Amino acid sequence: MLKDITLGQFFPGESYIHRLDPRTKIILTVFYIIITFSAKSIFSFAALFLSVVMIIGISKISFKTIIRGIRPVLYIMIFTMILNIFLTNGEDLLFHWKFIKIYKEGIITALLVLVRIIVLITGTSVFITYTTSPIQLTDGIERLFSPLKRIGVPVHDLAMMMSLALRFIPTLIEETDRIMNAQKARGADFSTGSLASRVRALIPIIIPLFVSAYRRAEELAVAMECRCYRGGEGRTRMKILTYGLNDFFAIFIFLLFLAAIILINIYAPGFKL
Amino acid sequence: MSNISNISNIFIKTENLCFSYDNDGEEKVPAIKNASIEIEAGSYVAVLGHNGSGKSTLAKLLNMILLPTSGKIYINGRDITDPEMSEDDMFEVRRQIGMVFQNPDNQLVATVVEEDVAFGPENLGVPPEVIRERVAEALETVGMTAYARHAPHRLSGGQKQRVAIAGIIAMRPECIIFDESTAMLDPVGRKEVLQTIGRLNREAGITVLNITHYMDEAVLADRVIVINDGEIYMDGTPVEVFSQVDKLREAGLEVPQSTELLFRLNALGYEFAPGILTTDDCVAAILAKLSRTE
Repeated sequence: MLKDITLGQFFPGESYIHRLDPRTKIILTVFYIIITFSAKSIFSFAALFLSVVMIIGISKISFKTIIRGIRPVLYIMIFTMILNIFLTNGEDLLFHWKFIKIYKEGIITALLVLVRIIVLITGTSVFITYTTSPIQLTDGIERLFSPLKRIGVPVHDLAMMMSLALRFIPTLIEETDRIMNAQKARGADFSTGSLASRVRALIPIIIPLFVSAYRRAEELAVAMECRCYRGGEGRTRMKILTYGLNDFFAIFIFLLFLAAIILINIYAPGFKL
Repeated sequence: MSNISNISNIFIKTENLCFSYDNDGEEKVPAIKNASIEIEAGSYVAVLGHNGSGKSTLAKLLNMILLPTSGKIYINGRDITDPEMSEDDMFEVRRQIGMVFQNPDNQLVATVVEEDVAFGPENLGVPPEVIRERVAEALETVGMTAYARHAPHRLSGGQKQRVAIAGIIAMRPECIIFDESTAMLDPVGRKEVLQTIGRLNREAGITVLNITHYMDEAVLADRVIVINDGEIYMDGTPVEVFSQVDKLREAGLEVPQSTELLFRLNALGYEFAPGILTTDDCVAAILAKLSRTE
């Protein structure tokens, strides 16, 4: 069951998005977040939704994978939707019972916020995790933030830590699954009882997981030393990052998209968030 | 081995090597006691010993992950215990002596096979075009070329371990130490890895140190060194070592099943020649004896 989590996993491929420079993809992600939060009009949300469908199509990541990636935040989505439905005030009252008032605006707002969350998660994970290998991502971050080295920020080390963390997500998920099964076999119960007792039931999972993570970290550190790792100095890369025409094109398209969203916000008629 | 005459041929040499782990003020437990060994370049050596015998410690001393308490280690004629050793010299030793560990998951750093193989050469500062060549060559050597763009966590244990070996080969080492590299693998994976190890030794001339507690793996080597309680306990060809069944048992080690069988038959009065190690040889010897008695 835990194996279904795809957040933070890379799917190798040769699509247009796969071939973009990781730095471009980081910049595009930032743009995309800005675009997502600047969308106000119902039409800009429609455009946003269309764009995320197109991005998925171009990346050739299967929709099944995308849906599996969204599933972990399902509860957050439902929670925000409920909050928006019940707490938004408007003019068009649809339902009234005692103190509960549901307005049409509330429902639309809930749907738009839902689209925003889906677009945000899917868009960023397609650019950053699904189509960019952690090493490329690290490379991108390292290069993008290398000016910070001058003021003493250990950019290489932070980037390396991040890529290792991403590398070990599937390994640790597998391990958690194994530990849970081992505890279940001894009669542990994770799914019934009060919240407090369920939280307590997690302790026998978390402790072995931590112990094993530390042991893995130690072994990994030795293995890296054996492979002559000594930080960023004097290190070369197999894949050299180069900006191509594709990268400028992608950034250009996103700038256009941002401009379009802002224009739609201002001029389009109809509901606005 | 007594037939070493040419000094320049010796790749690893230790003299009275001692090492103890620091135990937070408590009495120090010596892990390696007075070990002196010489390992010829291009040889295939198995290091045997039960858990906690110090065999992994010895490996970590050889590539400077641990520093000896006393004694000398020479790699390719160079004294690596010399305090004058610079950091670059240390990394040169680690390049020359690659190490493959037990758990394949804990030694792969990248999420794509080829990027993982490139990790070592990248650390060495090899130019990008050369890294590409070396990665392709290393994957070819271990037979994983078809998986170059795969994610390592989707591979089988044996395949992961072969990727780890490729990652070491790409650094062009003279010697590879396998620290129980087959212990976590299923029989198929073990076979894959052992075949790769044998090929590296025969075809690429890489010196191999296979640290193991599987007797049938030790049989594949040219020479077997048994470590017991941090001391060199036995040293010789597989035939020499495994014919001393009693001495091995004293060190808490078993012998290969075929040797065990013939040893027991001999105890019953049959006269099999000592030093039959593999299943095939054992079958042949028993058949020969049967046809003679008929």
